[in-house]
Amino acid sequence: MDTTNDLNQATGHPESRIATRGKSSVDLVLHLLFLLAAACAIFPFYTVVISSFGTPTGHVLPTTFTLEGYKQIIQFGVGRAFTVSVLVTLVGTFMSLFLTTIAAYALSKKGMPGWKYIMGFIVFTMFFGGGLIPYYLTIKGIGMINSYWVMILPSAINTFYIWIMLSFFRDYPVSLEESAKIDGAGDFMILLRIVIPTSMPVIASISLFYAVDRWNDWYTPMLFLQDTAMYPLQLMLKNMLANIGQILSMNAGISSVAQSKINIPQDSLKMAAIMVASVPIMAVYPFLQKYFAKGVMIGSIKG
Amino acid sequence: MKNSLWRRVKQYRMFYLLLVPVVVYYAIFSYIPMYGVTLSFKKYMFNKGVLGSPWVGFDNFHYIFRYSAFWNAFRNTIWISFGRLLVEFPMAIIVALLLNEIGGSRLKKLYQTVFTFPHFLSWVVLGGILVNILGNTGTVNALFEALGLPEVNFLSNPDTFRPFLYVTSIWKEAGWSAIIYMAAIAGISPELYEAAYMDGANRWKQMLHVTWPSISGIVAMMLILAISGILNGGFEQIFNLYSAGVYDVADILDTFIYRLSFSGNVSLGYGVITAVGLFKSVISLVLLVMANFIVKRMGQEGLM
Repeated sequence: MDTTNDLNQATGHPESRIATRGKSSVDLVLHLLFLLAAACAIFPFYTVVISSFGTPTGHVLPTTFTLEGYKQIIQFGVGRAFTVSVLVTLVGTFMSLFLTTIAAYALSKKGMPGWKYIMGFIVFTMFFGGGLIPYYLTIKGIGMINSYWVMILPSAINTFYIWIMLSFFRDYPVSLEESAKIDGAGDFMILLRIVIPTSMPVIASISLFYAVDRWNDWYTPMLFLQDTAMYPLQLMLKNMLANIGQILSMNAGISSVAQSKINIPQDSLKMAAIMVASVPIMAVYPFLQKYFAKGVMIGSIKG
Repeated sequence: MKNSLWRRVKQYRMFYLLLVPVVVYYAIFSYIPMYGVTLSFKKYMFNKGVLGSPWVGFDNFHYIFRYSAFWNAFRNTIWISFGRLLVEFPMAIIVALLLNEIGGSRLKKLYQTVFTFPHFLSWVVLGGILVNILGNTGTVNALFEALGLPEVNFLSNPDTFRPFLYVTSIWKEAGWSAIIYMAAIAGISPELYEAAYMDGANRWKQMLHVTWPSISGIVAMMLILAISGILNGGFEQIFNLYSAGVYDVADILDTFIYRLSFSGNVSLGYGVITAVGLFKSVISLVLLVMANFIVKRMGQEGLM
């Protein structure tokens, strides 16, 4: 690489540092180290893929290819759990985004009388909580046990995400809002027509944060849902990992070709379920990644 | 004066309106449960509710302080959390510093993608995967067998369980936590490096005298957050990985509270369990204030 050229284009990008680093065998060692670490990080996922297609655990190379594991989990009702997860994720993310955006935008107006008290009221909840039993009794008191809403409402706002958005809005150019005001736009119009459209990077990353949290939530439904038919994917998976033997014999009862199906390894069934619970995130992950990095940066550096 | 305050309130009326649903949300889902901590000083009766149950003073606390499983969970929480602080906290910083050293190659992006990926999977999923690979019949034990080594079930062996916790949460989170430091590093002016290079600083010296001072503020802030969360020793991870055989080394206050609450042992009473939770929250709060104080004393910007 041409060092002088790199020195000249001091763009603030890490690349421009190449000139000042010098070249050494250190780079080679680092790359070897990282390649090894990356291989270790990926390997467990590889074993999941092969065992979901029937390769018994302990094998490094695939030995069989069967879709029996997937057929069994479909029979077990993975489709319904999948639907629950998708709906909860969609509705929940929308609701969270709405509440978080209006909260962060309003709180970014520091000149508002009483701002300090409202902010204190919200931030305090980050550091102190009632604990499990009082929380459980509250949810029960509202009558949310065994309702789909319990997966959406009680965790609708994440205070930390408000904080990230807030620090973005605080750096928002005031002139833009003021010029809109001169043109006769009301506060609400400004939020809807100007602030939101120009804040897409932070809104996108926050909505993705929420979507991932929703998709992965198993704890809330475990606490508050008694009806297994209402279980989302993650909780169904958790249930399955714990009671695989029972599930197999139950499925066998339903199925007409019962005996032959019990012969497939239990692990391949579990791994098929794991695939279904994680493939949606794996599929969107490449698109998410750049937003996530950006979102964290916005919150951390400016905050 | 009063008049102008009223004018300002009126001027901001839309923003108050926007805050109404949010304040209601926090009141219901955070503050009502917070009021529920009074249960720690009550004997909970199902028919009377939180408000109507009779006060019992510090009875519940006297009870838990004589309960050996509580102290076991407390000790484990402290040990596991300090272990995390010692082992996991620096890992993210190390990953960020080293990734920074390899420059802007395409491989760097690949590493980052691979390292942040597990963050997006739930501990339920990862728990299933880890059992698959590290359990009795897992790949690692197959390898051990081929090498003539004794079989180790990392999940059910009390000696290996805690290192197993640290390694797996590094696997899940180190790459993700590194992002925040990498963002800080990306903001450093390249001129600083050039100046250091002109002064004869090699890469190690550059890292020590340019990179580190530039990220130490963020490190301090993350440290405060880590210390304040020290009693939240990773409920989701432990709950998905532990079993009765390793309770002695793995049971933390959160898993202890969960089991007391929902595993049939409600004979202890909600008051006692809430007392355990309150004990935990108060200590967390004290740790937060202390950490904030120490970091400020060290000349860094604190949280408050």
